[in-house]
Amino acid sequence: MEPIVVAKNLTKSYTKGLRALDNVSLTVDKGKVLVVMGPSGSGKSTLIRTFNGLETFDKGEINILGIKVDSTHDERKIQKIRRRVGMVFQQFNLFPHLSILENITLAPIHVQKRRQIEAEEYGMYLLSQMGIDSHAKKYPIQLSGGEQQRVAIARALALKPELLLFDEPTSALDPERINEVLDAMRTLAEQGMTMIVVTHEIGFAKDVSDQVLFMDSGKVVETSPPNIFFSNARHERSRKFLNQLDKH
Amino acid sequence: MKINQKLFLQFGICIIFFGLIGILINNLTINLIRTGLGFNFSWLFKPASFALAEHPLPYTSSDSYAWALFIGWLNSLKVIVSSLILATFLGTLIGFARTGTNSLLGLISAGYITIIRQTPLLLQLMFWYFVGFLGLKDNMFIQIKNILNISNQGIEFSGLTFSSEFLALLFGLSIFTSAYIAEVIRGGILSVSRGQWEAFRSLGISERKGLTLIILPQALPAIIPGLTSQYLNLAKNSTLAIAVGYSDIYAINDTIINQTGRAIECFIILLISFLLLNLLITNTMEIINRLILKSREYS
Ligand SMILES: Nc1ncnc2c1ncn2[C@@H]1O[C@H](COP(=O)(O)OP(=O)(O)OP(=O)(O)O)[C@@H](O)[C@H]1O
Ligand SMILES: [Mg+2]
Repeated sequence: MEPIVVAKNLTKSYTKGLRALDNVSLTVDKGKVLVVMGPSGSGKSTLIRTFNGLETFDKGEINILGIKVDSTHDERKIQKIRRRVGMVFQQFNLFPHLSILENITLAPIHVQKRRQIEAEEYGMYLLSQMGIDSHAKKYPIQLSGGEQQRVAIARALALKPELLLFDEPTSALDPERINEVLDAMRTLAEQGMTMIVVTHEIGFAKDVSDQVLFMDSGKVVETSPPNIFFSNARHERSRKFLNQLDKH
Repeated sequence: MKINQKLFLQFGICIIFFGLIGILINNLTINLIRTGLGFNFSWLFKPASFALAEHPLPYTSSDSYAWALFIGWLNSLKVIVSSLILATFLGTLIGFARTGTNSLLGLISAGYITIIRQTPLLLQLMFWYFVGFLGLKDNMFIQIKNILNISNQGIEFSGLTFSSEFLALLFGLSIFTSAYIAEVIRGGILSVSRGQWEAFRSLGISERKGLTLIILPQALPAIIPGLTSQYLNLAKNSTLAIAVGYSDIYAINDTIINQTGRAIECFIILLISFLLLNLLITNTMEIINRLILKSREYS
């Protein structure tokens, strides 16, 4: 099996003495889906944001697609990683002054130097995959949350990434809009995309993930396959967290 | 505040306002009677009989006062528009450096902004004039094959000549205003959410491209009003031209008042001249603002 992400002993503090990441190690193999869970403030966002260089870290090292990055945060290497790793945010973060199609073609045109026609053709293909090609000429604000998030997924796919990072992609959506986004992610997983997903959607984690990583206070509490994690979690802390999730 | 109090306050303000206007009119009449000149503009068409070092259109001392004033207005416009362009260019660069990821550049630009904003503009103008230009050698300080010629006479660049007075004013006004524009640009950039930076960065788009393609277009609505007010300040500050001997509208007005004693008429002319200049600036900015809003169907 070919590892896509290998993180070793990642440690990071925003403020002295408080560790947002505390000795975190993990491996994600090609074509696998890792779901990251944990209470608020446990370091989930910080962790996945280190994988495309949006956050620096103090100790440890990561190897993404064979590119090694350590605490020196080499900008050139990070730029290389970003061209091969896509990210989807909780707040969508679409560019409000650009049309849906322009949102998607921006990086292919300016980063990969593709011809506009070529980028637009592929952009339209991605939009139809997401079931929103009829909105191509509209602006983000004219779309519903679920549609915007699917545009964001299409935008992340435009550079043909080998790894996708999702930070709570459905947390800002109305309940009736969550499934359309989760379904799109399911399809990606079936097509063999390697993904790391921070989410509290138990159904999605059970069906789609290969491993569930549970974090608390910056530490990895346990990493288990979903059938074990959800029925018979190894750690007391994980069980307590799952109990609380059920009550909501 | 109760309605009664409000009414009373407004009434009071009205009384004070009209009282002041009354005093002003009274003074005006007394002054006009005392000087024995009366209030008229016919002198405008008499020969000015003073020379102007700088005139974008043909001018001799036998031309009328009106023509001299118009030349002054053009000189003002010339220095204002060119300073405005240079200040915007400089200010944008410094604003970018101030918000960028390079901490050394950030520190340098923060220092620049602080120093420039804490020194009086008049001092800066004097510096550029006496140290920057008059400090140069008599002739041909720098001469590159007759294309660029810098001396204490000013700068000659492939046929175009710029006097030391114009350049001192241009540099002084541009650099002074650029520090304020840099802060306006910085404020605009900071008004764009962090998520937008993260989104373009995670797509592998460089900082420079992200700034111009993603951040700046969204920062413009916050930048334009601040920019307009800095442009208006620049226009008003250009009257300091008199300190370095540049013949702008204010300096020429001053000469005419000394020659003719027509202080009141001259101040009215000055008032209208600046009203025109400022209307020009505000309207241009308003058009730019509308073009920006129009280009964004989403808002
Ligand atoms: N930019 C920052 N500056 C300072 N502290 C931060 C910053 N970002 C996060 N933290 C702190 O680091 C810790 C981990 O935060 P992080 O956002 O990674 O948690 P999370 O698991 O994603 O939480 P949530 O479920 O609320 O999104 C928290 O204690 C948080 O307060
Ligand atoms: Mg988070």
